[in-house]
Amino acid sequence: MAKPAAKKAAKSAPTATSLDNLSFWGWRRENGRVGVRNHVLILPLDDLSNSACEAVANNIKGTLAIPHAYGRLQFGADLDLHFRTLIGTGSNANVAAVVVIGIEDGWTDRVVQGIAKTGKPVVGFGIEGHGDIAIIAKASYKAKEFVQWASELKREQCSIDELWVSTKCGESDTTTGLGSCPTVGNMYDKLIPKGVTGVFGETSEITGGEHIARERAISKEIGDKWYKVWNAYQQEVIEANKVDDLSESQPTKGNIAGGLSSIEEKALGNLEKIGRECRYIDVLGPAEEPQKGNGLYYMDTSSAAAECVTLMAAGGWVVHTFPTGQGNVIGNPIVPVIKISANPKTLRTMGEHIDVDVTGILRREQTLDMAGDALIDMIIRTANGRLTAAEALGHREFSLTKLYRSA
Amino acid sequence: MSNIPQFLVHSPKDNVGVVVVEDLKAGTDMLGVITETNTTIRVTAKQDIPIGHKVALTELKEGDTVIKYGADVGRMVGSANTGEHVHIHNHRTKRW
Repeated sequence: MAKPAAKKAAKSAPTATSLDNLSFWGWRRENGRVGVRNHVLILPLDDLSNSACEAVANNIKGTLAIPHAYGRLQFGADLDLHFRTLIGTGSNANVAAVVVIGIEDGWTDRVVQGIAKTGKPVVGFGIEGHGDIAIIAKASYKAKEFVQWASELKREQCSIDELWVSTKCGESDTTTGLGSCPTVGNMYDKLIPKGVTGVFGETSEITGGEHIARERAISKEIGDKWYKVWNAYQQEVIEANKVDDLSESQPTKGNIAGGLSSIEEKALGNLEKIGRECRYIDVLGPAEEPQKGNGLYYMDTSSAAAECVTLMAAGGWVVHTFPTGQGNVIGNPIVPVIKISANPKTLRTMGEHIDVDVTGILRREQTLDMAGDALIDMIIRTANGRLTAAEALGHREFSLTKLYRSA
Repeated sequence: MSNIPQFLVHSPKDNVGVVVVEDLKAGTDMLGVITETNTTIRVTAKQDIPIGHKVALTELKEGDTVIKYGADVGRMVGSANTGEHVHIHNHRTKRW
Protein backbone atom coordinates (compact mmCIF):
# COMPACT_ATOMS: atom_id res chain seq x y z
CA MET A 1 0.00 0.00 0.00
CA ALA A 2 1.36 3.38 -0.97
CA LYS A 3 -0.03 5.30 1.98
CA PRO A 4 1.66 3.46 4.86
CA ALA A 5 4.91 3.41 2.85
CA ALA A 6 4.73 7.17 2.45
CA LYS A 7 4.09 7.64 6.17
CA LYS A 8 7.03 5.45 7.02
CA ALA A 9 9.13 7.50 4.62
CA ALA A 10 8.28 10.68 6.49
CA LYS A 11 9.43 9.14 9.79
CA SER A 12 12.75 7.86 8.47
CA ALA A 13 13.51 11.00 6.44
CA PRO A 14 17.14 12.11 6.42
CA THR A 15 18.19 14.90 8.73
CA ALA A 16 20.28 17.88 7.66
CA THR A 17 23.46 16.05 8.77
CA SER A 18 22.66 12.91 6.81
CA LEU A 19 22.25 15.08 3.69
CA ASP A 20 26.03 15.46 3.74
CA ASN A 21 26.69 11.76 3.32
CA LEU A 22 23.87 10.67 1.03
CA SER A 23 24.69 7.75 -1.19
CA PHE A 24 22.86 5.12 -3.17
CA TRP A 25 23.55 1.75 -4.76
CA GLY A 26 23.68 1.82 -8.55
CA TRP A 27 25.18 0.13 -11.57
CA ARG A 28 28.24 1.89 -12.98
CA ARG A 29 28.21 1.57 -16.76
CA GLU A 30 31.11 1.34 -19.20
CA ASN A 31 31.13 5.14 -19.73
CA GLY A 32 31.20 5.87 -15.98
CA ARG A 33 27.56 6.96 -15.70
CA VAL A 34 25.49 5.36 -12.92
CA GLY A 35 22.08 3.76 -13.40
CA VAL A 36 19.51 2.60 -10.84
CA ARG A 37 17.83 -0.03 -13.00
CA ASN A 38 19.39 -2.81 -15.07
CA HIS A 39 17.17 -3.20 -18.14
CA VAL A 40 17.95 -5.15 -21.29
CA LEU A 41 15.99 -3.28 -23.95
CA ILE A 42 14.50 -4.65 -27.15
CA LEU A 43 14.26 -1.36 -29.02
CA PRO A 44 12.28 -0.94 -32.25
CA LEU A 45 13.68 1.53 -34.78
CA ASP A 46 10.20 2.02 -36.20
CA ASP A 47 6.53 1.13 -35.73
CA LEU A 48 6.85 -1.82 -38.14
CA SER A 49 9.34 -3.55 -35.86
CA ASN A 50 7.21 -3.45 -32.71
CA SER A 51 5.83 -6.97 -33.27
CA ALA A 52 9.26 -8.59 -33.59
CA CYS A 53 10.52 -6.72 -30.51
CA GLU A 54 7.53 -7.81 -28.44
CA ALA A 55 8.01 -11.41 -29.60
CA VAL A 56 11.67 -11.35 -28.51
CA ALA A 57 10.75 -9.88 -25.11
CA ASN A 58 8.13 -12.61 -24.76
CA ASN A 59 10.72 -15.30 -25.58
CA ILE A 60 13.43 -14.00 -23.26
CA LYS A 61 12.30 -13.24 -19.71
CA GLY A 62 13.74 -10.19 -18.04
CA THR A 63 14.05 -8.20 -21.26
CA LEU A 64 11.83 -5.28 -22.11
CA ALA A 65 10.37 -4.26 -25.49
CA ILE A 66 9.40 -0.61 -25.82
CA PRO A 67 7.04 -0.28 -28.79
CA HIS A 68 6.30 3.17 -30.24
CA ALA A 69 4.43 4.74 -33.13
CA TYR A 70 7.09 6.36 -35.35
CA GLY A 71 10.30 6.02 -37.34
CA ARG A 72 9.22 6.01 -40.97
CA LEU A 73 9.59 8.81 -43.56
CA GLN A 74 10.67 11.36 -41.00
CA PHE A 75 13.14 14.04 -42.12
CA GLY A 76 15.13 17.05 -40.95
CA ALA A 77 14.91 18.15 -37.31
CA ASP A 78 12.07 15.68 -36.69
CA LEU A 79 14.23 12.74 -37.82
CA ASP A 80 17.18 14.04 -35.79
CA LEU A 81 14.94 14.10 -32.71
CA HIS A 82 13.75 10.54 -33.45
CA PHE A 83 17.33 9.25 -33.59
CA ARG A 84 18.42 11.32 -30.59
CA THR A 85 15.54 9.95 -28.50
CA LEU A 86 16.12 6.30 -29.45
CA ILE A 87 19.91 6.55 -29.05
CA GLY A 88 19.51 8.46 -25.77
CA THR A 89 17.07 5.86 -24.45
CA GLY A 90 19.43 3.01 -25.27
CA SER A 91 22.37 4.97 -23.85
CA ASN A 92 20.61 5.74 -20.53
CA ALA A 93 22.55 4.29 -17.59
CA ASN A 94 19.42 2.42 -16.42
CA VAL A 95 19.94 0.21 -19.49
CA ALA A 96 22.57 -2.56 -19.39
CA ALA A 97 22.34 -3.74 -23.00
CA VAL A 98 20.21 -3.22 -26.11
CA VAL A 99 18.89 -5.24 -29.05
CA VAL A 100 17.69 -2.92 -31.83
CA ILE A 101 15.30 -4.22 -34.50
CA GLY A 102 14.33 -2.15 -37.57
CA ILE A 103 12.65 -2.78 -40.89
CA GLU A 104 15.95 -2.24 -42.73
CA ASP A 105 19.65 -2.26 -41.82
CA GLY A 106 20.69 1.35 -42.54
CA TRP A 107 18.80 3.34 -39.93
CA THR A 108 18.92 0.36 -37.54
CA ASP A 109 22.70 0.56 -37.64
CA ARG A 110 22.63 4.30 -37.05
CA VAL A 111 20.88 3.69 -33.72
CA VAL A 112 23.24 0.81 -32.88
CA GLN A 113 26.32 2.97 -33.57
CA GLY A 114 24.92 5.79 -31.45
CA ILE A 115 24.32 3.54 -28.45
CA ALA A 116 27.68 1.76 -28.95
CA LYS A 117 29.50 5.01 -28.06
CA THR A 118 28.62 4.31 -24.41
CA GLY A 119 30.56 1.05 -24.59
CA LYS A 120 27.56 -1.07 -23.56
CA PRO A 121 26.61 -4.25 -25.46
CA VAL A 122 24.30 -3.43 -28.39
CA VAL A 123 23.37 -5.26 -31.56
CA GLY A 124 20.96 -4.57 -34.42
CA PHE A 125 18.82 -6.65 -36.78
CA GLY A 126 17.03 -5.58 -40.00
CA ILE A 127 13.88 -7.49 -40.93
CA GLU A 128 13.88 -7.04 -44.74
CA GLY A 129 15.27 -10.07 -46.59
CA HIS A 130 14.74 -12.33 -43.58
CA GLY A 131 11.23 -11.90 -42.22
CA ASP A 132 9.98 -11.59 -38.67
CA ILE A 133 10.41 -15.25 -37.68
CA ALA A 134 14.10 -15.57 -38.56
CA ILE A 135 14.91 -12.19 -37.01
CA ILE A 136 12.98 -12.98 -33.83
CA ALA A 137 15.02 -16.19 -33.50
CA LYS A 138 18.39 -14.45 -34.07
CA ALA A 139 17.53 -11.52 -31.83
CA SER A 140 16.24 -13.88 -29.11
CA TYR A 141 19.60 -15.71 -28.91
CA LYS A 142 21.36 -12.36 -28.50
CA ALA A 143 18.81 -11.07 -25.98
CA LYS A 144 19.27 -14.24 -23.89
CA GLU A 145 23.04 -13.74 -23.89
CA PHE A 146 22.63 -10.07 -22.85
CA VAL A 147 20.10 -10.67 -20.08
CA GLN A 148 22.14 -13.45 -18.50
CA TRP A 149 25.24 -11.25 -18.62
CA ALA A 150 23.35 -8.28 -17.15
CA SER A 151 21.88 -10.41 -14.36
CA GLU A 152 25.36 -10.86 -12.90
CA LEU A 153 26.28 -7.15 -12.86
CA LYS A 154 26.61 -5.83 -9.31
CA ARG A 155 25.43 -2.59 -7.76
CA GLU A 156 28.06 -0.41 -6.10
CA GLN A 157 27.79 2.40 -3.58
CA CYS A 158 27.75 5.78 -5.33
CA SER A 159 27.84 9.33 -4.08
CA ILE A 160 24.67 11.42 -4.41
CA ASP A 161 26.43 13.69 -6.93
CA GLU A 162 26.26 10.82 -9.44
CA LEU A 163 22.46 10.77 -9.36
CA TRP A 164 20.42 12.48 -12.07
CA VAL A 165 16.88 13.39 -10.96
CA SER A 166 14.36 14.91 -13.40
CA THR A 167 10.97 16.49 -12.74
CA LYS A 168 7.71 17.18 -14.51
CA CYS A 169 4.23 17.44 -13.00
CA GLY A 170 0.92 16.22 -14.42
CA GLU A 171 -2.83 16.38 -13.96
CA SER A 172 -1.97 19.39 -11.85
CA ASP A 173 -4.46 21.21 -9.70
CA THR A 174 -4.18 23.91 -7.09
CA THR A 175 -2.80 21.39 -4.56
CA THR A 176 0.27 20.77 -6.75
CA GLY A 177 1.16 24.46 -6.48
CA LEU A 178 0.58 24.38 -2.71
CA GLY A 179 2.11 21.01 -1.87
CA SER A 180 3.67 18.54 -4.28
CA CYS A 181 5.52 20.97 -6.61
CA PRO A 182 7.15 22.95 -3.78
CA THR A 183 8.11 19.57 -2.24
CA VAL A 184 10.15 18.88 -5.39
CA GLY A 185 11.50 22.44 -5.18
CA ASN A 186 12.60 21.85 -1.60
CA MET A 187 14.34 18.63 -2.70
CA TYR A 188 16.21 20.43 -5.50
CA ASP A 189 17.20 23.29 -3.18
CA LYS A 190 18.79 20.64 -0.93
CA LEU A 191 20.23 18.22 -3.52
CA ILE A 192 21.45 20.49 -6.36
CA PRO A 193 24.07 21.99 -3.99
CA LYS A 194 25.10 18.38 -3.21
CA GLY A 195 25.88 17.80 -6.89
CA VAL A 196 22.69 16.16 -8.13
CA THR A 197 21.98 16.84 -11.81
CA GLY A 198 18.38 18.01 -12.26
CA VAL A 199 16.13 19.03 -15.13
CA PHE A 200 12.77 20.71 -15.60
CA GLY A 201 10.94 21.54 -18.83
CA GLU A 202 7.36 21.94 -20.14
CA THR A 203 7.84 24.99 -22.36
CA SER A 204 4.13 25.68 -22.98
CA GLU A 205 3.23 25.46 -19.31
CA ILE A 206 5.55 28.25 -18.26
CA THR A 207 3.33 30.76 -20.06
CA GLY A 208 2.34 33.26 -17.38
CA GLY A 209 5.50 32.61 -15.38
CA GLU A 210 8.05 33.33 -18.10
CA HIS A 211 9.42 36.37 -16.22
CA ILE A 212 10.20 34.07 -13.25
CA ALA A 213 11.72 31.30 -15.39
CA ARG A 214 13.93 33.76 -17.28
CA GLU A 215 15.24 35.26 -14.02
CA ARG A 216 16.11 31.85 -12.56
CA ALA A 217 18.89 31.30 -15.12
CA ILE A 218 22.49 31.34 -13.89
CA SER A 219 23.26 34.33 -16.16
CA LYS A 220 21.53 36.82 -18.42
CA GLU A 221 22.91 34.94 -21.44
CA ILE A 222 21.28 31.65 -20.37
CA GLY A 223 18.06 33.49 -19.41
CA ASP A 224 17.95 35.01 -22.90
CA LYS A 225 18.58 31.58 -24.41
CA TRP A 226 15.63 30.25 -22.41
CA TYR A 227 13.39 33.14 -23.48
CA LYS A 228 14.21 32.51 -27.14
CA VAL A 229 13.10 28.87 -26.81
CA TRP A 230 9.89 29.83 -25.01
CA ASN A 231 9.05 32.62 -27.46
CA ALA A 232 9.69 30.38 -30.49
CA TYR A 233 7.18 27.92 -29.04
CA GLN A 234 4.61 30.70 -28.57
CA GLN A 235 4.99 31.86 -32.17
CA GLU A 236 5.52 28.59 -34.05
CA VAL A 237 3.12 26.34 -32.17
CA ILE A 238 0.50 28.34 -30.27
CA GLU A 239 0.02 31.42 -32.46
CA ALA A 240 0.28 29.39 -35.68
CA ASN A 241 -2.28 26.75 -34.70
CA LYS A 242 -4.63 28.09 -32.05
CA VAL A 243 -8.37 28.35 -32.71
CA ASP A 244 -9.35 29.71 -29.28
CA ASP A 245 -7.68 30.55 -25.95
CA LEU A 246 -6.75 26.87 -25.51
CA SER A 247 -9.12 26.47 -22.57
CA GLU A 248 -9.61 22.73 -21.97
CA SER A 249 -6.22 21.93 -23.60
CA GLN A 250 -4.11 24.16 -21.35
CA PRO A 251 -5.31 23.96 -18.61
CA THR A 252 -6.60 20.43 -19.27
CA LYS A 253 -10.06 19.18 -18.31
CA GLY A 254 -8.42 17.46 -15.34
CA ASN A 255 -6.67 20.66 -14.29
CA ILE A 256 -9.98 22.51 -14.47
CA ALA A 257 -11.77 19.84 -12.43
CA GLY A 258 -9.02 20.35 -9.86
CA GLY A 259 -9.66 24.08 -9.63
CA LEU A 260 -7.16 25.63 -12.03
CA SER A 261 -8.75 28.15 -14.40
CA SER A 262 -5.91 29.83 -16.34
CA ILE A 263 -2.53 28.96 -17.83
CA GLU A 264 -0.90 31.68 -15.70
CA GLU A 265 -2.16 30.03 -12.52
CA LYS A 266 -0.95 26.64 -13.75
CA ALA A 267 2.48 28.04 -14.71
CA LEU A 268 3.13 29.59 -11.31
CA GLY A 269 2.31 26.29 -9.60
CA ASN A 270 4.49 24.41 -12.07
CA LEU A 271 7.52 26.63 -11.38
CA GLU A 272 7.33 25.80 -7.67
CA LYS A 273 9.23 22.64 -8.71
CA ILE A 274 12.51 24.55 -9.03
CA GLY A 275 12.46 25.75 -5.46
CA ARG A 276 13.73 29.07 -4.19
CA GLU A 277 17.51 28.93 -4.56
CA CYS A 278 18.75 26.84 -7.47
CA ARG A 279 19.51 28.33 -10.88
CA TYR A 280 19.53 26.48 -14.17
CA ILE A 281 22.90 26.42 -15.89
CA ASP A 282 21.89 25.63 -19.46
CA VAL A 283 18.96 25.21 -21.85
CA LEU A 284 18.80 21.85 -23.66
CA GLY A 285 16.97 20.85 -26.81
CA PRO A 286 14.54 17.92 -26.49
CA ALA A 287 16.35 14.66 -25.56
CA GLU A 288 19.69 16.49 -25.55
CA GLU A 289 22.38 15.33 -23.14
CA PRO A 290 23.76 18.08 -20.86
CA GLN A 291 27.35 19.18 -21.38
CA LYS A 292 28.01 21.59 -18.51
CA GLY A 293 28.41 19.18 -15.61
CA ASN A 294 26.36 18.85 -12.44
CA GLY A 295 23.53 21.29 -11.78
CA LEU A 296 19.99 22.13 -12.81
CA TYR A 297 19.07 22.24 -16.52
CA TYR A 298 16.07 23.33 -18.54
CA MET A 299 14.94 21.05 -21.39
CA ASP A 300 12.63 22.28 -24.15
CA THR A 301 9.86 19.68 -23.92
CA SER A 302 6.19 19.15 -24.50
CA SER A 303 4.06 19.46 -21.38
CA ALA A 304 2.43 16.09 -22.08
CA ALA A 305 3.62 13.77 -19.31
CA ALA A 306 4.79 10.69 -21.22
CA GLU A 307 6.50 12.71 -23.96
CA CYS A 308 8.32 14.86 -21.43
CA VAL A 309 9.56 11.97 -19.26
CA THR A 310 10.63 10.07 -22.40
CA LEU A 311 12.72 13.06 -23.56
CA MET A 312 14.32 13.54 -20.13
CA ALA A 313 15.16 9.82 -19.95
CA ALA A 314 16.76 10.10 -23.39
CA GLY A 315 18.80 13.04 -22.08
CA GLY A 316 20.26 10.70 -19.45
CA TRP A 317 18.15 11.22 -16.31
CA VAL A 318 17.65 8.03 -14.26
CA VAL A 319 15.04 8.89 -11.59
CA HIS A 320 11.97 11.05 -12.15
CA THR A 321 9.94 13.00 -9.58
CA PHE A 322 6.34 13.58 -10.64
CA PRO A 323 3.99 15.79 -8.62
CA THR A 324 0.32 15.19 -9.39
CA GLY A 325 -2.89 16.66 -8.09
CA GLN A 326 -5.76 14.91 -9.81
CA GLY A 327 -3.79 11.67 -10.25
CA ASN A 328 -1.78 11.25 -13.44
CA VAL A 329 -0.85 7.53 -13.57
CA ILE A 330 2.19 7.81 -15.88
CA GLY A 331 5.28 5.61 -15.76
CA ASN A 332 8.27 5.10 -18.03
CA PRO A 333 9.81 1.84 -19.26
CA ILE A 334 13.36 2.59 -18.12
CA VAL A 335 13.10 5.33 -15.48
CA PRO A 336 11.32 4.92 -12.13
CA VAL A 337 8.71 7.69 -11.83
CA ILE A 338 8.07 8.75 -8.21
CA LYS A 339 4.59 10.25 -7.71
CA ILE A 340 4.01 12.90 -5.10
CA SER A 341 0.56 14.19 -4.22
CA ALA A 342 -0.93 16.63 -1.71
CA ASN A 343 -4.54 16.06 -2.77
CA PRO A 344 -6.39 14.06 -0.09
CA LYS A 345 -9.16 13.10 -2.51
CA THR A 346 -6.58 11.60 -4.91
CA LEU A 347 -4.90 9.72 -2.06
CA ARG A 348 -8.29 8.40 -0.95
CA THR A 349 -9.62 7.42 -4.38
CA MET A 350 -6.43 6.26 -6.17
CA GLY A 351 -3.73 6.08 -3.52
CA GLU A 352 -2.13 3.03 -5.15
CA HIS A 353 -0.52 5.39 -7.68
CA ILE A 354 1.15 7.67 -5.13
CA ASP A 355 4.61 7.07 -3.64
CA VAL A 356 4.94 10.14 -1.42
CA ASP A 357 1.88 11.45 0.44
CA VAL A 358 2.27 15.15 1.26
CA THR A 359 -1.38 15.85 2.11
CA GLY A 360 -0.11 16.94 5.55
CA ILE A 361 1.03 20.20 3.90
CA LEU A 362 -2.59 21.19 3.26
CA ARG A 363 -3.55 20.40 6.86
CA ARG A 364 -0.52 22.44 8.02
CA GLU A 365 0.76 19.32 9.81
CA GLN A 366 3.77 18.85 7.53
CA THR A 367 6.23 21.60 6.60
CA LEU A 368 7.76 21.84 3.13
CA ASP A 369 11.07 20.98 4.74
CA MET A 370 9.63 17.71 6.12
CA ALA A 371 7.99 16.93 2.77
CA GLY A 372 11.25 17.60 0.91
CA ASP A 373 13.09 15.23 3.27
CA ALA A 374 10.44 12.55 2.75
CA LEU A 375 10.92 12.89 -1.02
CA ILE A 376 14.71 12.66 -0.73
CA ASP A 377 14.28 9.51 1.32
CA MET A 378 11.99 8.04 -1.36
CA ILE A 379 14.45 9.00 -4.13
CA ILE A 380 17.25 7.12 -2.35
CA ARG A 381 15.03 4.09 -1.65
CA THR A 382 13.88 4.08 -5.27
CA ALA A 383 17.45 4.39 -6.54
CA ASN A 384 18.37 1.45 -4.29
CA GLY A 385 15.74 -0.70 -5.95
CA ARG A 386 12.32 -0.05 -4.40
CA LEU A 387 9.74 -0.35 -7.17
CA THR A 388 7.67 2.80 -7.65
CA ALA A 389 3.89 2.60 -7.78
CA ALA A 390 4.10 3.08 -11.56
CA GLU A 391 6.62 0.24 -11.92
CA ALA A 392 4.57 -2.13 -9.75
CA LEU A 393 1.43 -1.26 -11.73
CA GLY A 394 3.21 -1.85 -15.04
CA HIS A 395 3.18 1.70 -16.44
CA ARG A 396 5.70 1.88 -19.29
CA GLU A 397 4.63 4.84 -21.38
CA PHE A 398 7.25 5.44 -24.08
CA SER A 399 6.02 8.40 -26.16
CA LEU A 400 8.14 9.95 -28.86
CA THR A 401 7.77 13.64 -29.61
CA LYS A 402 7.05 14.40 -33.26
CA LEU A 403 7.79 17.89 -34.55
CA TYR A 404 5.78 17.79 -37.80
CA ARG A 405 4.17 15.45 -40.35
CA SER A 406 6.34 12.89 -42.13
CA ALA A 407 7.31 13.04 -45.79
CA MET B 1 -11.93 23.92 17.51
CA SER B 2 -9.78 22.33 14.86
CA ASN B 3 -6.70 24.18 13.62
CA ILE B 4 -6.92 22.47 10.24
CA PRO B 5 -7.59 25.24 7.71
CA GLN B 6 -10.39 25.06 5.15
CA PHE B 7 -8.44 27.21 2.70
CA LEU B 8 -4.88 28.30 1.99
CA VAL B 9 -3.56 31.52 0.44
CA HIS B 10 -0.08 31.74 -1.12
CA SER B 11 0.67 35.44 -0.61
CA PRO B 12 -0.79 38.36 1.41
CA LYS B 13 -1.23 40.12 -1.97
CA ASP B 14 -3.62 37.42 -3.25
CA ASN B 15 -7.33 38.14 -3.78
CA VAL B 16 -8.23 34.43 -4.00
CA GLY B 17 -7.59 31.45 -1.74
CA VAL B 18 -7.75 27.68 -2.37
CA VAL B 19 -10.21 25.40 -0.61
CA VAL B 20 -8.25 22.42 0.76
CA VAL B 21 -10.99 20.30 2.33
CA GLU B 22 -13.59 18.09 0.67
CA ASP B 23 -17.33 18.81 0.79
CA LEU B 24 -17.09 22.45 1.86
CA LYS B 25 -20.64 23.80 2.30
CA ALA B 26 -22.01 27.32 1.89
CA GLY B 27 -22.24 29.08 5.23
CA THR B 28 -19.05 27.55 6.68
CA ASP B 29 -17.00 30.01 8.71
CA MET B 30 -13.66 29.10 7.14
CA LEU B 31 -10.22 29.31 8.71
CA GLY B 32 -7.57 30.29 6.16
CA VAL B 33 -3.77 30.39 6.39
CA ILE B 34 -1.56 32.65 4.29
CA THR B 35 1.39 30.30 3.80
CA GLU B 36 4.00 32.96 3.00
CA THR B 37 3.47 34.75 6.33
CA ASN B 38 1.85 31.91 8.33
CA THR B 39 -0.98 34.25 9.35
CA THR B 40 -4.64 33.28 9.64
CA ILE B 41 -7.78 34.87 8.22
CA ARG B 42 -11.46 33.97 8.29
CA VAL B 43 -13.94 34.09 5.42
CA THR B 44 -17.48 32.73 5.31
CA ALA B 45 -18.13 30.50 2.28
CA LYS B 46 -21.11 31.82 0.28
CA GLN B 47 -21.31 28.76 -1.97
CA ASP B 48 -20.40 25.06 -1.87
CA ILE B 49 -16.84 25.02 -3.24
CA PRO B 50 -15.06 21.78 -4.28
CA ILE B 51 -11.61 20.95 -2.91
CA GLY B 52 -8.87 22.69 -4.88
CA HIS B 53 -11.16 25.41 -6.20
CA LYS B 54 -10.70 29.10 -5.53
CA VAL B 55 -12.65 31.33 -3.20
CA ALA B 56 -12.78 35.15 -3.55
CA LEU B 57 -11.19 36.92 -0.57
CA THR B 58 -12.59 40.28 -1.63
CA GLU B 59 -15.29 41.55 -3.97
CA LEU B 60 -14.12 40.87 -7.53
CA LYS B 61 -15.72 42.59 -10.55
CA GLU B 62 -15.58 41.86 -14.25
CA GLY B 63 -12.23 43.05 -15.62
CA ASP B 64 -10.41 42.79 -12.27
CA THR B 65 -7.05 41.02 -12.23
CA VAL B 66 -6.97 37.81 -10.20
CA ILE B 67 -3.89 37.69 -7.97
CA LYS B 68 -2.46 34.37 -6.76
CA TYR B 69 1.17 33.62 -5.73
CA GLY B 70 1.28 37.44 -5.47
CA ALA B 71 1.12 37.50 -9.29
CA ASP B 72 -1.31 38.14 -12.15
CA VAL B 73 -3.10 34.88 -13.04
CA GLY B 74 -5.74 36.26 -15.42
CA ARG B 75 -8.88 38.40 -15.43
CA MET B 76 -12.42 38.19 -14.11
CA VAL B 77 -15.02 37.77 -16.87
CA GLY B 78 -17.82 37.82 -14.31
CA SER B 79 -18.09 38.91 -10.71
CA ALA B 80 -17.63 37.17 -7.35
CA ASN B 81 -18.42 38.45 -3.88
CA THR B 82 -16.21 37.61 -0.92
CA GLY B 83 -16.64 33.91 -0.13
CA GLU B 84 -17.86 32.99 -3.62
CA HIS B 85 -16.41 30.49 -6.07
CA VAL B 86 -13.86 31.76 -8.64
CA HIS B 87 -13.43 29.38 -11.56
CA ILE B 88 -13.84 29.15 -15.36
CA HIS B 89 -17.36 30.66 -15.18
CA ASN B 90 -15.92 34.00 -14.06
CA HIS B 91 -12.12 33.74 -14.57
CA ARG B 92 -10.10 33.46 -17.83
CA THR B 93 -6.50 33.71 -19.01
CA LYS B 94 -5.10 36.99 -20.31
CA ARG B 95 -2.91 34.97 -22.68
CA TRP B 96 -3.53 33.17 -25.94
